[in-house]
Amino acid sequence: MSEIFILVPGRSSQQGCGINEGKFNETYVNATSFVQMNPNDMLRLGIEDEEKIELKSDFGRIEIAVRKAKADELPVGLLFMAYGDLSSRLMGGDTHGSGMPTSKGLDVEVKKI
Amino acid sequence: MATAEPEKAELKIVNDATCTFCGCVCDDIQLTVDGHKITKAKKACVLGTSWFLNHEIEDRAPCFIKGQPASVEAGIKEAARILYEARYPLIYGLSDTTVESQRVAVSIADWIGSNLDTTTSVCHGPSGMAFQSAGESTCSLGEVKNRADMVMFWGSNPAESHPRHFTKYSLMPKGMYVPNGRKDRTCVMVDVRKTKSAKAADIFIQIKPRKDFEALWTLRALANDIELDPEQVERETGNPLSLWQDLMDRMKACKYGVIFFGMGLTMTRGKHANSEGILSLTRDMNRHTRFACKPNRGHGNVTGADNVVTWRTGYPFGVNLGRGYPRFNPGEYTASDVLARGEADAAMIIASDPMANFSQPAREHLKTIPYVALDPKETPTTKHAAVSFTVATYGINVPGTVYRMDDVPIPLRTAFDSPLPSDLKILQGIEKEVLALRSAAFAS
Repeated sequence: MSEIFILVPGRSSQQGCGINEGKFNETYVNATSFVQMNPNDMLRLGIEDEEKIELKSDFGRIEIAVRKAKADELPVGLLFMAYGDLSSRLMGGDTHGSGMPTSKGLDVEVKKI
Repeated sequence: MATAEPEKAELKIVNDATCTFCGCVCDDIQLTVDGHKITKAKKACVLGTSWFLNHEIEDRAPCFIKGQPASVEAGIKEAARILYEARYPLIYGLSDTTVESQRVAVSIADWIGSNLDTTTSVCHGPSGMAFQSAGESTCSLGEVKNRADMVMFWGSNPAESHPRHFTKYSLMPKGMYVPNGRKDRTCVMVDVRKTKSAKAADIFIQIKPRKDFEALWTLRALANDIELDPEQVERETGNPLSLWQDLMDRMKACKYGVIFFGMGLTMTRGKHANSEGILSLTRDMNRHTRFACKPNRGHGNVTGADNVVTWRTGYPFGVNLGRGYPRFNPGEYTASDVLARGEADAAMIIASDPMANFSQPAREHLKTIPYVALDPKETPTTKHAAVSFTVATYGINVPGTVYRMDDVPIPLRTAFDSPLPSDLKILQGIEKEVLALRSAAFAS
């Protein structure tokens, strides 16, 4: 079973600190290796905290752990993850004449593995 | 015979050091330096503390050619050769280095007829385009501190990206016309998710994802007393017209409003049209009261990159110098496009990490071409470079100038010397070699 969500990659404090420690260090790798989801979405889809799911966009596919977002942090249907290698894999190369690839608000298919 | 204890280096205090991690460029940091290590960074935020405490002298060779340690001189020669021999080179990055280095990088781009782009193109590049179409009602952060009684944030999460924004510039400080600081200000936050910054807001408005354009034009209509269909507004923005009307009434009633906006606008559907919407709204508001609008800039000297590239070429980013004169066309000459379309045949990446941040097609192509990378730390980009330089860190080991997000230039004070070369020295060396190759080619 799969469902379409909107993914918003963005900055996080932990990711920012991780950049300073080094991109191959634990802090950065951890900060960029999970996606947050609304608890009601997790309940509906039967996804447990830290369970790995598949995220697929028109441009790429990743497997990533899910973490429960605080109740009101994310609305139903929206996902958040820190910018990094994994989020970049879901971005397309076309910038629509702007120089900026669409990096937020990506349609992604969520699938339990 | 007793061995003498090694003499402990005296602790050094550096006052008014400048943090170059983010665009706030806080220049009031007190550093405690123990030899080649900063042990305390007083007044710095969580990101600033991490910046200062994690930039020691890297235990890496200053130069690698094809992954093998090499001399800096050999690296400079090889870098110059790669760039000079390329038919469609790209010079990219520049947002985490000094204005002095940026100037030299632009010169190299000019000599070799390169595409020249900065991380602005994947940050506030769309806003740079919108400035040209809508103009910018701007102000300094000092004006915000002293005057702003209404502070709005749209698609921006300063609590995590610019942690001292609220306390140093925009919300908490007591200013000339806002003597009670936070109590004299109304803070409005508009975002698609309830970020950590939302706690700081008096009013938080959660809009539908990818509907910033519609929300901004709703406000534009209200600023211009245009009648709207309440059902359509609620359907498009996720919020009732009455909420937008209430916000507009507050905006009109304030004495000095400012809107800070982030990549929530520029990276999502609409991009430069979103930025144009927010800049135009600000312009509209100036018919009612004083309003200004500022992009919250991410990297420490990304604003300097915009300034330097504009001084030198007339355009802020996405410039092509291949014909001997500058041409500006985002989408054509911007790094992400030039790489994703497989056009660039060589590159020089300065203080940025496209191998981690760019789209997959762009990264795939970058891997296939020879490129030069300059960075204080090992990154996915330096790892794949034909020539990489480990350079000293600006603002910690290297002096110079950076531009704060409001275009105010700030000098850097160093904490300790590094045995590693600065990127300025490397770039000057590459420019000299490129000129020598040009001269030799003309002579023959």
